[in-house]
Amino acid sequence: MSFLRAENMTGGYGGPPILNGCTIAVDRGQVAVIVGPNGAGKSTAMKAVLGMLRLTGGCVTLDGRDITALPPQARIKAGLGFVPQTENVFPGLTVFENLQMGALLRHDPIDDTLAEIFALFPILADKRHQPAGQLSGGQRQQLAVGRALMTRPSALLLDEPTAGVSPNVMDELFDKITRIAAQGLAVLMVEQNAAGALEIADTGFVLVQGANRFTGTGRELLADPDTRRSFLGGRA
Amino acid sequence: MSRTPLLFAAMAAVLLAVGLLQSWQLALTILNLCLISAVMALGVNVQWGVAGMFNVGTMGSAAVGGLAVVLVSTPPVRAAWAAGGGGLLATGAVLLATAGLAALLWRRMGDRSLLRGPAVGAIVLLGLAVSQRWFLPATAAIESVDAASTGYLGGLGLPVALSWIIGGLLAAAVAWPIGRLTAGLRSDYLAVATFGISEIILAVLRNEEWLARGVKNVTGLPRPVPFEADLQAAPWAQHLAAWLGWSGRDTASVLVKLFYAAWFLAVLLVIWWALERLARAPWGRMMRAVRDNEEAARAMGKDVARRHLQAFVLGSAIVGIGGAMLVTLDGQFTAGSYQPLRFTFLIWVMVIIGGSGNHKGAILGAFLIWFVWVQAETAGLWLAATAAAALSPENPVRLALEEGPAQLRYVVMGLILVLVMRFAPRGLIPETTPETPR
Amino acid sequence: MTDLLNALVHLTSMLIIPGLAYGSQLALGALGVTLIFGVLRFSSFAHAEGLSMATAITILFTIWLQGMGLSAGVLPTALLGMVLAMPVMALVFIGTDRALYRHFRRINARPEVFMIVSAGVMLMMNGVIRLVIGADGRDFEDGERFIVTARGFRDWSGLAEPLVLKTSQVLTIGIAALATVALFWFLNRTQAGRSMRAYADNRNLALLSGVDPDRIVRLTWIIAAVLSVLAGVLFGLDKGYRPFVYQQLLLPMFAAAVVGGLGSPVGAIVGSMIVAFSELALTFAWKKALAYVLPAAWAPQGMVQALSTEYKFAVSFLILVIVLLVRPAGLFGKVAR
Repeated sequence: MSFLRAENMTGGYGGPPILNGCTIAVDRGQVAVIVGPNGAGKSTAMKAVLGMLRLTGGCVTLDGRDITALPPQARIKAGLGFVPQTENVFPGLTVFENLQMGALLRHDPIDDTLAEIFALFPILADKRHQPAGQLSGGQRQQLAVGRALMTRPSALLLDEPTAGVSPNVMDELFDKITRIAAQGLAVLMVEQNAAGALEIADTGFVLVQGANRFTGTGRELLADPDTRRSFLGGRA
Repeated sequence: MSRTPLLFAAMAAVLLAVGLLQSWQLALTILNLCLISAVMALGVNVQWGVAGMFNVGTMGSAAVGGLAVVLVSTPPVRAAWAAGGGGLLATGAVLLATAGLAALLWRRMGDRSLLRGPAVGAIVLLGLAVSQRWFLPATAAIESVDAASTGYLGGLGLPVALSWIIGGLLAAAVAWPIGRLTAGLRSDYLAVATFGISEIILAVLRNEEWLARGVKNVTGLPRPVPFEADLQAAPWAQHLAAWLGWSGRDTASVLVKLFYAAWFLAVLLVIWWALERLARAPWGRMMRAVRDNEEAARAMGKDVARRHLQAFVLGSAIVGIGGAMLVTLDGQFTAGSYQPLRFTFLIWVMVIIGGSGNHKGAILGAFLIWFVWVQAETAGLWLAATAAAALSPENPVRLALEEGPAQLRYVVMGLILVLVMRFAPRGLIPETTPETPR
Repeated sequence: MTDLLNALVHLTSMLIIPGLAYGSQLALGALGVTLIFGVLRFSSFAHAEGLSMATAITILFTIWLQGMGLSAGVLPTALLGMVLAMPVMALVFIGTDRALYRHFRRINARPEVFMIVSAGVMLMMNGVIRLVIGADGRDFEDGERFIVTARGFRDWSGLAEPLVLKTSQVLTIGIAALATVALFWFLNRTQAGRSMRAYADNRNLALLSGVDPDRIVRLTWIIAAVLSVLAGVLFGLDKGYRPFVYQQLLLPMFAAAVVGGLGSPVGAIVGSMIVAFSELALTFAWKKALAYVLPAAWAPQGMVQALSTEYKFAVSFLILVIVLLVRPAGLFGKVAR
């Protein structure tokens, strides 16, 4: 039984179902990546794990606890951390205030967590009193991840964390994400840039039309010519 | 849809009841203002209901329409023209030259955008300063010509009914640049901008006495119907009075109001007919498409800004016609009487209650709301009198009650508006587009 | 030298102090407009009536206090009445929100709908105010009216020009400064204020972070109520209370908030000062001041007034319209097109 497990999820936004029995699972200390063609339901699957859409079938468990009925806020309290794809910081608040907002649900001292995050993302410590709106794209993504880590989640969900950042920054971000997983978190991310993400993934889920098509380790999927041609754009 | 005729029949019945129970003069007074309000409501409905534009400057269009009555129908004041006409023309020439120069500079300096703003601003300020040299003495001269009765340029001395058309055109002419300037503003900013512009228009009308006497009012405007005194003297009216058993004065007064009602009804029907034709024409379909999904319409290659401008100008023109008719009915132009509560928000209430997007709804809303607006005071007076009778004459509560009814109608209007928005946002007669099967 | 001093005293007394006082009153109102816009995402047409109602309630409390024999000594009794009016006004605002705006938030209505509803609230408030307190003006200032009187200053300084300092002006500037400092402290230094800014900045992320939207909305209305009471009462002390004049404050407040950038508190304050000083400076007769400063041969003939006083309010509308057309985001705001 995996630490975070979403089993047989079915559902959509009211219209025809977007997810058709899709299953995602990730363990502590591991990175799982959801890849697939446009419109395959990658982001939807992640939102379903977070509870942002109503499932008609399937269940989500975290550390053996069934959280299917919980709203997103309660899931975050239960230990999920989430980094949305866009608008994932408060542009008018300083870096420090953004991190404070991340810790809103906590009622204990946050200094240790802050220190950890500043150690992971030193740039945030340097710019702690700057408004988040003035950060560069990559810095903003780091802040978004840092903000999500403030609740000390046991599982971290990232929706396309490298969208719109330069290749150098992307490598750095992937590196940080691996380090976060190494600290014992279960990391689940959706990636448009499948090749880069699968490089660091312990598990890769290839989604097509809301259902699992292939599942394997990142290396396996990268090595498999079928997956590469069909779903990874034939490059990489 | 048997609901629409039913609602209109009920409205007619209510007005008849006023005639029978209170007086025919009151009923017709209400009817006339209902008709004028309906015209204005149609104008707002073109902008909000059909095009989805949030224009809160209705008052400005109504006032410009009213100004047209003065400019068209009053006799020209030749002494004023002689005193300051030349100066005003010189001012106009300077301003025109300034505008031309500014526009030229704006176009020429397109590549140096940093300098452009200040340069054009300086030209405009300079032009304004230079024009003052002729403007100030000219207006002073005009305003001192027989200041107690004229002191303004006067009008063209043309038939007053013509001024309704001119009123519409003038309101359209004022609306066009406003629409051009505000095109593309987000809707809530558009609201604030148009609200501000209408206040500026009123500030000008109140203060520029040479134009229409400002707050000194232009009274005794010509009218498109006979005077009561002449009717009282006419034999046929005397026969009618004898037959009805009314006094000659009452008969004449009712007749005059009926003549007005006939005029206004004719105008209302023409505008309504034209708008219904438009709604069924490709233009109407396109407007609804633009309103319901601006992005999609834009993606399909529709020129959204142009459509908005057309609706804005057309709506303002219709409101202007209504404003001109109102001033004609009043027989006077009183710049001080234009208030946003009465001339913008009340009209908005009419459109929303009636069912925005639906012209029949707007007309019904206008009738209903004007009726409530007038009768809320009557009802309030009655309530207050009943309640106050129990109190001593010096009791402050009684004094407040006696003063209150006039204010009560604001409460009623606000309440109606929010209740409709809350519980029946589509209004009394919801919109049915020609496309939807009935 | 004396001429320069005279000009300075004249300008201070007639332009700078009245401008600061009026700007402070506008700022307190515009801060409310901008906070409501930031958190609730609409410009409230009812805001000026809110100021008016807050003042009316304060006047009633003041009359009651005076009847009880209570006063604030040399200061106006309305300062005490104000404190009592704040919770009442907060209840009025929160009640309105519960009854109306909350529904439209839940159905995710367009901003126009909110504005139309706020127009309805404006009409209702307008009527209620006039029902309760009448449509006539009321002067409710008591205590010592002047800190520096014209005669007192002339005798003391020996200058030809008098310096007048009204209690209400000094109170306005002082209280507005204190209120602004308190507001910024709240917004920047407390968790509730931070949550409010976060909610205004990025609503979805704030919800995800655990911000309670109902609490934020309630807080916003409470702050708006306190600001409305301060703005309305200080304006009323300075200029006398007339319901009809308060309606005319709506556009200057909008103008100030828009000039600064809707949603930006700093912008609201800067915008208010710009609007207030433009209104006064453009309609100010500069003749006297220039006559002191310029050599006698250059002394101006006319009033040296850019616009006649009747256009005072139009100046703010003009600023509003120009800013909307040229830079709708304002000085400190986000994109508005």
